[in-house]
Amino acid sequence: MNDYARHEHHDFPGAVHQALADEPLQAALVRLTGTLMAGNRRGYAALADSDRLRDHAKQIKEHTLAHLDNYLEQLEASVVKLGGKVHWAASAEDARAIIVDIARQSSCKRAVKSKSMTSEEIHLNRALEKAGLEVTETDFGEFILQVAGERPSHLVAPAVHHTRESVARVLSKYVGDDLPDDPKTLALTGRRILRQEFHQADLGITGANFAVAETGTVVLVTNEGNGRLTTTCPRVHVALMGMEKVIPRLADLPVFLKLLARAATGQTLSVYTTLITGPRRPGELDGPEEFHLVILDNGRSRILAGPFRESLECIRCGACLNACPVYRRIGGHAYGGVYSGPIGSILTPLYDSVSNNPELPHASSLCGACQAACPVKINIPRMLIGLREVQHHHRTSTWEHLAYKLWSLVLRKPRLYRLALRFARMLLGPLADDGWLKRLPGPGAGWTHARDFPVPASRSFRDRWRELYAKKEK
Amino acid sequence: MVTCLGDALFPDVGVATVKLLRRLGVDVDFPPSQTCCGQPHFNSGYHDEARKLAMHTIRAFGHDNLVVTPSGSCAAMVKLEYPHLLENDLVWHGRAEDLARRTHELSDFLIHVLGVEDVGARCPGKATYHMACHLRGLGLKDEPERLLGKVKDLELVPLERFDECCGFGGSFSVRFPGISGAMVEDKAGFIDKSGADILVATDAGCLMNILGRLRRRGSKIRPMHLAQVLEKT
Repeated sequence: MNDYARHEHHDFPGAVHQALADEPLQAALVRLTGTLMAGNRRGYAALADSDRLRDHAKQIKEHTLAHLDNYLEQLEASVVKLGGKVHWAASAEDARAIIVDIARQSSCKRAVKSKSMTSEEIHLNRALEKAGLEVTETDFGEFILQVAGERPSHLVAPAVHHTRESVARVLSKYVGDDLPDDPKTLALTGRRILRQEFHQADLGITGANFAVAETGTVVLVTNEGNGRLTTTCPRVHVALMGMEKVIPRLADLPVFLKLLARAATGQTLSVYTTLITGPRRPGELDGPEEFHLVILDNGRSRILAGPFRESLECIRCGACLNACPVYRRIGGHAYGGVYSGPIGSILTPLYDSVSNNPELPHASSLCGACQAACPVKINIPRMLIGLREVQHHHRTSTWEHLAYKLWSLVLRKPRLYRLALRFARMLLGPLADDGWLKRLPGPGAGWTHARDFPVPASRSFRDRWRELYAKKEK
Repeated sequence: MVTCLGDALFPDVGVATVKLLRRLGVDVDFPPSQTCCGQPHFNSGYHDEARKLAMHTIRAFGHDNLVVTPSGSCAAMVKLEYPHLLENDLVWHGRAEDLARRTHELSDFLIHVLGVEDVGARCPGKATYHMACHLRGLGLKDEPERLLGKVKDLELVPLERFDECCGFGGSFSVRFPGISGAMVEDKAGFIDKSGADILVATDAGCLMNILGRLRRRGSKIRPMHLAQVLEKT
């Protein structure tokens, strides 16, 4: 099993139940996902041909993944040529050890971080703090979560489960003052605290939205400018990237930049797009003295070799979360892993294990809204179904499997099927009110908790067809 | 292809489809050996069983005729998943691709094969339209609305979040009745709020789920399949 950030002993059905009853959460989710999805649609519509651009982006990702070894080696060579250092981390544990070691070697005491889901994936903060470093998240949402001791519940809007009232409470406690809950005061308070941190930090840790093999450039996309401050103020910059984040050429970057912000929020571009090409060069006024790139595997090469490779095309825009009617109702924490929503239901079982997360592949109505919103058109429904199949392969015969087998057998014998239909009608018919049941036993009880269930019609279509057909013959 | 849910629960939809197609001059046949396309098995991850049902269905439609089905869900299964499911079978893959090419969801068939938008229907009332998820998968956009727009005396009113899933999803609604119930409750609420007296949908799955919730709410809205609206004159 991999070392993957997942809530221990996570109870998915329990978390779902809790989330559905949490009214402030429900309201926050509807508000945020509604706004972001409207942005997603507007964003795609504003492009001359979003469909072709998304196909193009997908082709670049497919090509890169097919030649990942080459491009990663090229990336390493480019970074080294610029005077940076490249570290290969096979596991989360390796990555933590590498980053702690860099901090020790360079005598760093205070770290600032810009938002990075990959660092969440490897539980980096805990390891750094254990090694005696002071760590501050500088994305405002992430900062709130760090202070509150919580985890992100959305890929790009990590504190979506908070309201301005709850943010005011968290910040008030932190500064020891009673802050009003108006967004401007709260944002200015955050800015004041974080500016100080930027100036005092000697280590800046970022993720990487993209890394360009050809030039060794790490690309950061933020809306708050904290990525830029994290990479210019401190002496040392460590960028942590999943190995699938490499793209071949700088010329490929615009394809993704055009899509990323549009897919995520509807913005034409994020407010800040930062391209970092190596450490500070002689004569330059700012930038870090040391630049380290940590390339993380943590299960990715295993996924690359299997039938779920397409999941590595994800650029972490969060569009599938916003589009998903399930995410909209249960929020990110219910999923239990660091990645949530439809893509999380694939990544968590893949990075962690399918048997540890048996419900996730099923937590989707397969409506396909995720794929329609995805900037690289990942066929998320098909991969969820694939994971369901994997589950069945590893489970010895169950009642459910037996039922499906029997059902399939009946369906392949049209006469038997007709008989079964009649039998169901005979059995259920007398219990129904106007053709509908108010209550079902066993596994159907949940269904009838919310709605009625129909019983088969007194004459099926195939019965009726005989009459129609007979009429035509006359 | 009438689909299992349509056959068992909403036979009127199949009858309306046949009448509509005949009125438009299409010669319609119903191969009696068809049962279910196997989507429930496929979606639940029982791919061996799904494969057997796919072969059964391909055999049932073993002629050269076009196949029309009043269900985006079953059309998507046949068109998108059969070839994928039988990818590694040298004989059946070709047959799957052949059936996939010949199969059309009803609105797709009317607009893109027959080339008609106005099918000569008249259906007095105020209707709102729920978009089935699988139409999106098939790359269909506003085909059903274009057909509805040409129906005489039918007023179309907008439905909030009309393209959001109703929460059916087959086994999903049984495994996660809480989430599914919340989804269908929102859907039914929006439908009631729309002020329509007819709800139009294109799939038996959506109809059974939404109608089940509307009944529980005591809503008086009349649900109709697209075929039933278009068949009326």
